Order: sequence, then C-alpha cells, then structure tokens
Amino acid sequence: MNTLFGNFFKKANTGFWPVLIALAFLLIGTFSVYQSPRSLAAFLILMSTPLILYFMKMNMKVKVFIGLMLIVIILPVLGIRNIFYLEVIFQMAVFAALALGLNIVIGMAGLLDLGYVAFYAVGAYSWAIFGSKQLSLLYSVPGAAPADAPFALDPRWFWLFLFLGVGLAAITGILLGLPVLRLKGDYLAIVTLGFGEVIRVLALNLDKPINLTNGPQGITPIQRPPLPPESILQFFRDILEPFVGHVPTDAEFYNVFFYFLALIIIAIAILVATRLEDSRIGRAWTAIREDETAAIAMGIPLVKMKLAAFAAGASFAGAMGALYAANRTFVSPETFSFLQSIGVLTMVILGGLGSIPGVIFGAAAVVLLNIQILQNFSLYLSELRQSDAVIPIINFAWKDLSNQLDPAKYQKLVFGLILILMMIFRPSGLIPAERRKRELVEEKE
Amino acid sequence: MTLLNTTNVVKRFGGLVAVNKMTFSVDEGRIVSIIGPNGAGKTTFFNSLTGIYKPEEGQITFKGQSLIGLRPDQVAATGIARTFQNIRLFGSMTVIENILVGMHIQLKQGGLDTIFRTRKFNQEENDAEQRAKDLMEYVGLKNVGNELARNLPYGGQRRIEIARALAANPTLLLLDEPTAGMNPNESEDAIKLFRRIRDDKGITILMIEHDMRVVMGISEHISVMDYGEKIAEGSPAEIRSNQRVIEAYLGRGAAVAHEQKA
Ligand SMILES: Nc1ncnc2c1ncn2[C@@H]1O[C@H](COP(=O)(O)OP(=O)(O)O)[C@@H](O)[C@H]1O
Ligand SMILES: [Mg+2]
Repeated sequence: MNTLFGNFFKKANTGFWPVLIALAFLLIGTFSVYQSPRSLAAFLILMSTPLILYFMKMNMKVKVFIGLMLIVIILPVLGIRNIFYLEVIFQMAVFAALALGLNIVIGMAGLLDLGYVAFYAVGAYSWAIFGSKQLSLLYSVPGAAPADAPFALDPRWFWLFLFLGVGLAAITGILLGLPVLRLKGDYLAIVTLGFGEVIRVLALNLDKPINLTNGPQGITPIQRPPLPPESILQFFRDILEPFVGHVPTDAEFYNVFFYFLALIIIAIAILVATRLEDSRIGRAWTAIREDETAAIAMGIPLVKMKLAAFAAGASFAGAMGALYAANRTFVSPETFSFLQSIGVLTMVILGGLGSIPGVIFGAAAVVLLNIQILQNFSLYLSELRQSDAVIPIINFAWKDLSNQLDPAKYQKLVFGLILILMMIFRPSGLIPAERRKRELVEEKE
Repeated sequence: MTLLNTTNVVKRFGGLVAVNKMTFSVDEGRIVSIIGPNGAGKTTFFNSLTGIYKPEEGQITFKGQSLIGLRPDQVAATGIARTFQNIRLFGSMTVIENILVGMHIQLKQGGLDTIFRTRKFNQEENDAEQRAKDLMEYVGLKNVGNELARNLPYGGQRRIEIARALAANPTLLLLDEPTAGMNPNESEDAIKLFRRIRDDKGITILMIEHDMRVVMGISEHISVMDYGEKIAEGSPAEIRSNQRVIEAYLGRGAAVAHEQKA
C-alpha cells in the first residue's frame, strides 16, 4: 500500500505533473470554496496547495508564483466572501509563529519549556495596557470605569509596540532563563510550567493595588492600527466588489489587513528561524541539545547560548502577542492558560521537533483541527441530535445522545491523543527535521 | 618550555580521592601519555584540567595562566581541545556540522550578521566550511560530510572527534583513550595521525592510553597513575622496567613472578 503510493508519487513528481497538480488543486479549491463558502472539504482542497508546492519538484519561480497567487489574491478575495477563512489563516499564522519560537527553545536547544505562552501574554498585554484606556483607569476599580476615559496613545503607536513586544518578551525570556538554567529535563519543564502560570496569575491579579490588567475581566477595547488611507481603500472596494458580491466593509478590510500583517510577521519569523538555525548560533544550540558536556568543551558558553535561545524563542511570541491584542481588541488572562502552551507544544511535536517546515505544518493542522474539524463535527452531531435518525442495529436514537458529547470541548483529549500517538508511531513528527546538505567535492581516486 | 603545569591537584568524590596531589607538567611540542589501571583517576584528572570538575586543591597553569575557576568553555578558549573516552559527538548533526561546532570560539559572526546574512557572515561561513572539509580529509574521512555523525562506524566517529577538536586550533590536544576499541591496523593509522598532528601543526598532545603498543610507540614521556596518584614518570624505556608500574598493572604477585623470570 505504502509502496504503491510511493511509486505513484514518484511518477507524479516528474516533468510537468507537479505544476498541473498544484494548479488543479488551486483552481478546483478556489472554485469550490467560491461556490460553497461553508464547505470544509472545499477549504481543505484549497489549503492542500501549499503542501503540494512544498513537497513536489517544480521550478522555484513557478512555486513562488502559485504561492503568491494563493496568498495575495485568492485567499483575501475568498476571505472577504467568508470572513471565517481569514480568521482560520490568521490563527494559523499566529500559532505558526508561536510554534517557530517554541521550536527554537525545545527543538533546537532542547530546553523543555512548558510555560511558553507567558511570552505571548507579555507581548499581548504590553499593547493591551498602552493601546487601551487602561492607563487612565489605573486608579479605578475594575468594571467601574468612567465611559469618557481617554485612550492613552494614538493607535499608530501600535507599530512601535510590535517591536517593543518583541523586546519585552525577549527580556522576559532572559529573566526566566537566568534562574532555571541549572535545571534540566523534567525539572526545567516543571519550573517553566510554573512560570507560565505566574504570568497568567499576575495578569489575573494585577487589578490592585493599581489596576494595570483589569483582572479576570480583561482589557477592552484595545485600539487597532489605522487602515490605509481612504483613497486606497476605495480603489480596492471598486476592484473587489464584483468578485465578492458586495461592497467590502471596513471590518472586512481589517480582517484582510491583519491577515497580511500576520503573514508578514510569519515570513520574518521563518526567515529569522532558518537563518539562525544554519549558523554558529544554531549549531551551538543543537550541540547543547545533543550533548552539553561536549558542547561546553568545544567552547560554547552554555548560559549565554541558553539565554539566547529563550530570548529568541520568546521574541516570536512577543510580536504575535501584540498583533493578537490589536486584532481581538480584547485580552484576558484566560487566553494564556497552560492548555495554550500545551497546544503549541502539540503543534511542534506533531509537525516535527526541530523542523521548521514541520512546526508550521503542525500549527496549521492543529488550528484546522481545533477550529474547523472539531467544530464541524460538533455541528454535525447536534444536527443529528435534532433529527429523528436512529443508529440501526443498536437502535440508538441520536436524540438521546448526551449534550456533554461535544467534540469541540474535547480539545484537551485531542491534544493528549496527538501527543501520545506521535510519541508511539512517529516520534520525529510528520515532517521530520533534516540537516542541511552541503556540496562536497567527490574524492577522485 | 612548560606548556601545562599542575601542582598538588586533588579531586575528591565524597570520601574517594580520585586524583591525589597530582604534580605534573607537559612541555610544548611533546607527545605525552598518562597510563594507569582502570579507575586510577586519569579521566578525572583530564576533567579537572578542562574545568568540568573543580579540583578541591592545587594549581593548574596553562601558558603561564591559571586555569583554576575557569568554566570549561573558558578553558577551551585558552587553547585546550579534547576528545572523550566514550565518544561524545553531536549525533544528529552532520559530520561537517560537528567539525563546525568545534570552530565555535574562532567564528566571530554575531546575531545580526546571522539574521541579515552580511558579507562578513557569508565569507566566514564559506571559509569555515572549507576548513571543515580540509580537516575531514586530514583525519582521513572521505565522502561522509553530509552523513549524520551517529551513522558512522566507530573508527569514523573517533576521527570526527579528533577533527572537531582540531577545528578549535588548539595549542594542547587532550585525547582520552583515543584508540580504545580499535583493531591493530586502525591503531597504527591513529598513531600516524597523532604524529602528523604534532609534526605539521605543532600541537602538543597529552593522551590517556591503554594500548601499550600505542603508548610505547608514540610517547616521548609517560606518567603512570594509580589510585589517584602519580607513581612514576619517565621515558618509555624507564617506565617499562619500573617496578612499581609493573606491580600496579599486574598485581604484586605477578610482579614478583615477572622479576624471577627476568
Ligand atoms: N562523577 C563521579 N562521581 C563519583 N565518582 C567518580 C566520578 N567520576 C569518577 N569517579 C570515580 O573516580 C575514580 C577514577 O575514575 P576515572 O578518572 O574515570 O578513572 P580512569 O579514567 O583512570 O579509568 C573511580 O573510582 C571512579 O569510580
Ligand atoms: Mg578513563
């Protein structure tokens, strides 16, 4: 079975076939999503295109061209027709950046960090506090805010905070790193887990003595950076109207805007991660992961390099945190729970520890599973419940199915299952890490 | 000229004195061996030199500078490179990458150079890669640059470890039982390689070795350890006929028998 598929793949992966297949998926996917914007299958077909581009042999220029078509034109247009898709991709990008950052810490440097989401929180709260009215509410009780409180900063400060979020998260990474560097393996995992909870609990409780985080209610509204000038928007409205069937609203433009912002950040994250990996720094991280004693004997300063790994990993989360705060216009401690850290860990392990394409794929797959597949399944079950359908042989009426059985609520179970199954059957992930091959001059003998 | 000098170095593990008052020196440009029965404290002595263990007492100077209190990476930066008794490679990195890690101290690229791929970065990486390939050839590794280190046979792994140590351009190379597990042919090659390293590169070699043919064949000076102490030192000929050494190796009874036969 496996070899049959392998042979087929080999045949299909030559000549002009790959381009044809990629185009076929792109066009069929586009057309079917356009026709039935709610169909999961249609969306999956379309989202297979990037995988085909990644795995099949074709001219680099063709790959880039098809990829750009999908990202820059097709997805935004389809996304305006059905906002949900932009949301899915936005989340994929956010989590892919988190997974890339966590991959530096766990995958490359081998430091098991279970509190990673804390850095995401630092980025998110840094813009949430300064980009909302919170600074004018420091001395008021949560919930009792005067309605006319002013925003502290102009929304354009967001751009600065995108960088500040990176910096603050990196500093937090170093602060976390300093006390835990002596710890290894399980001990490190437990302390970082605790640290993640500390940050969440801080967010939860820093509503007194001064109200910095507004406690469990969270901070809202958070400002968004302004959209491009009206003249440009008008231009796009005119172009897009015939394709999407209505005049795109500002809210829809905001979705496209954040979609592109997330893509730009993820592109930078990929670039930085790949370049770090293939350098003195990345090699030092991997050496530490493989054998600390040998690494230090080669002159690698363990403390400095581990701190660098924490800082670099954290910075990715910081940027995405700030972006997330602006996108949602709302942050609350709940978003930064332990489960979220485990979610990112699941993505990294599912995709392939240490594998950059792997963890991106892992993030995309888990997000899809979480917010689409499980939701769809829940929806399907609840439809069955409302119907008169009966399971034949055992004579079980769907009506009687407990409401507790809601797959969308089984996130933890699914994460756990993924982690266990991966550990048993594919410990190196769906797209395992590969070392870069260098050109070698063949020995002439 | 003395390159490495230790005085009264003591390393204890709880009640066990693993290294006891080791006073020892290595002259520049020599090939020097430490021998002694298993558990004599040889590896512990190496670990004390390289900062992996902190000796409780004693002085260690290298090129006239004290090594006491330095971390292993700082010791490495002074020009001491080493291999390990149980090979310690970075198994899931390629052979070339292992050697590149050995160049960590010399490479000057910073984080920003790395992210922006500056000219400096590219130049340095190209040079480093070339040097790594040259080193592979130098130690006799052929066409395995892109293999994962863990996939190489034992002899190959030993060679990688030596190439990785050489990549640091050390003044002093410490080899911990470098020919353990090799067959006579491989040991022969290894001896030739060590000689070349000293002769072409001028690197001083201090090695722990069990194989007497290797020790006697290559060493210019030998120190013998037993129960953490240095019990003898001298030229190979002197060591071969030293009573205490024979006792340490063969046990007292055997030593007496040996004497009677002689
Ligand atoms: N980390 C350690 N902790 C406790 N005892 C150790 C440790 N390392 C070595 N020893 C003990 O110190 C003694 C010397 O060991 P070692 O230096 O490895 O000997 P050699 O290399 O000469 O065979 C042995 O008795 C060994 O059990
Ligand atoms: Mg030993």
